[in-house]
Amino acid sequence: MTEVLDFKPAVTQAQDVLTIRDLKAYYVNDMFGVRREVRAVDGISLTVRRNEVYGIAGESSSGKTSLIKTLAGAIRPPMRVVDGSVNFSFGDTHIDVYAEPEKMKAARWQNLSYIMQGSMSVLNPVRRIKHAFNDFAFRHMGLDRRAFRQRVESHLQKLGLDPNVLEAFPHQLSGGMRQRVTIALATVCEPEFIIADEPTTALDVLVQQDVLGLLKEVQARLGSSVVFVTHDMSVHAAITDRLAIMYAGRLAEEGPTQAMFDNPQHPYTAHLIASLPRIGDVSTRKSLAGKPPSLANPPSGCRFHPRCPIAIDRCSKEVPEMLPSAIGGRVACFRAGEVAVK
Amino acid sequence: MSKLLELDHVTKLYPVGGLFSRQSIKAVNDVSFSLDADKPEIFAIVGESGSGKSTMAKMMLGNEVPNSGRLVFDGTDISTIRNRSQREAFMARVQPVFQNPFEAFNPLTRVDAYLFGTAHRFAGANNQAEKERVCDEALQRVGLSMAEIKGRFSHELSGGQLQRVAVARALIPSPKLIVADEPVSMVDASLRMSIVNLFRSLRDELKVSIIYITHDLATAYYISDRVIIMQKGVVIESGDARAVLDNPTHPYSIALKNAVLPPDPRAASAAIRLRSAAAAG
Repeated sequence: MTEVLDFKPAVTQAQDVLTIRDLKAYYVNDMFGVRREVRAVDGISLTVRRNEVYGIAGESSSGKTSLIKTLAGAIRPPMRVVDGSVNFSFGDTHIDVYAEPEKMKAARWQNLSYIMQGSMSVLNPVRRIKHAFNDFAFRHMGLDRRAFRQRVESHLQKLGLDPNVLEAFPHQLSGGMRQRVTIALATVCEPEFIIADEPTTALDVLVQQDVLGLLKEVQARLGSSVVFVTHDMSVHAAITDRLAIMYAGRLAEEGPTQAMFDNPQHPYTAHLIASLPRIGDVSTRKSLAGKPPSLANPPSGCRFHPRCPIAIDRCSKEVPEMLPSAIGGRVACFRAGEVAVK
Repeated sequence: MSKLLELDHVTKLYPVGGLFSRQSIKAVNDVSFSLDADKPEIFAIVGESGSGKSTMAKMMLGNEVPNSGRLVFDGTDISTIRNRSQREAFMARVQPVFQNPFEAFNPLTRVDAYLFGTAHRFAGANNQAEKERVCDEALQRVGLSMAEIKGRFSHELSGGQLQRVAVARALIPSPKLIVADEPVSMVDASLRMSIVNLFRSLRDELKVSIIYITHDLATAYYISDRVIIMQKGVVIESGDARAVLDNPTHPYSIALKNAVLPPDPRAASAAIRLRSAAAAG
């Protein structure tokens, strides 16, 4: 009985690992006296709990990547955090990312790791895979060379990779194997928090499913939290527990994945789900008119209103707040729940 | 009935290895199919990377010559094209749309330059007003207009818009056939359907046949009339798109179909579990 409790304590289960409060991060370009701001992350609040897969969906240029860079504390000028806070709590350690950069540095890779999008561009093409492990993980593990090598090899075996890949160059591996290597790289320190930025976008369909299965398995074994970013809604359907939809730097909706697919509250969510093609169904899928708004000059009010099929006058004047939604999540829409998926 | 495009036992080899271990791989192995001239259709070529589908596109565009077999377009063998005027006459009837619109358009060249160039060469537009009229006509067909595109660079347009410009450019010579190599894989999910629906309307309204090359079975099912499924250069299954994709018989086609993640959380996570269990056992 105690064993079961040790494995998944009910209290830690509900704990928030990551808390973001009213985060604003802008790309600020101050050139020739003309100040131009691109509001990539504009007032986002969210929490990620222990042992869950939290999905972030949105089009390109909706600020997904800016958001995860900000929460990993990995921003570079011209991007700047203007307002708000990002807090991690790993067990007893609490870190305010932007107030305590030194603590964050120690936590990185040990507690928080990052699976990057292009596996080919992450791994140095002229160095063997083992060097990548040495560079990224060695100093965080506190082991000697031999023990470290053994740990890495057994970890690779758990992920279904032959330890010989350590001696290979990236170009000798297939795309799927390279992506597995980057997952192994990100999980070798058994971090509590993993950020995955479009890890399956460049992969073939069959390989994509294997990689998703692997990621889910690793997550379940480590009991860690994963923030999973992709624009592909069917990937979110497959892997995430909760899902947030981003539109033009803001959250449109957040909630349990299943409930959002069954009963989306925001018209943008409804559109994203309804436009997915399905095998066995050839009825015409509608596409949204217009184009994603420019973040340098976003529309007034609700940023979705120029493309929204059910917009009213109020939408162009007032900014909707994130309020609790009928399906146990939050939604930012004046007409929440009024649109049904056909 | 005359044939628009006919592939007759086409094989393409690529050499691999060094000087002493010369071997060749069959990128496309003995592929035959034909498109009717009178019946415009969307013909899907489905397969994973390495299945030879892009090599097929290159051969249909005349960029690669098959090692054996013939590609006959509208009565002429593509490999007999020798000089520039023949090449241009061929290009006026077969046009490509490429995978990544951000790579297809040079970021330092205005997007309209591509349209004007095509209008000048293939539509006989000699002055600026004429070029703009021809381009505007093509842009209207894809739901854009000259006013939106004129003077813009590729980074100023969204991926979906840019891909529609690419389609509009391909439409300027009034082609008979459009070869689209993964046209939606780099476009956002929300804009993907606008491109796919556009292909449908081109087939119905302009009577253009489209070769739709993709790895995405869901969109292939949605728009195509006929489909061939390729694995390692070999066609393993072909026929009417709905019939093939509803009841695939080859193990690889079944695996591909099962790999399509259903847009429903319960079914999708079940599919992932099934796949992991199969991989483990």
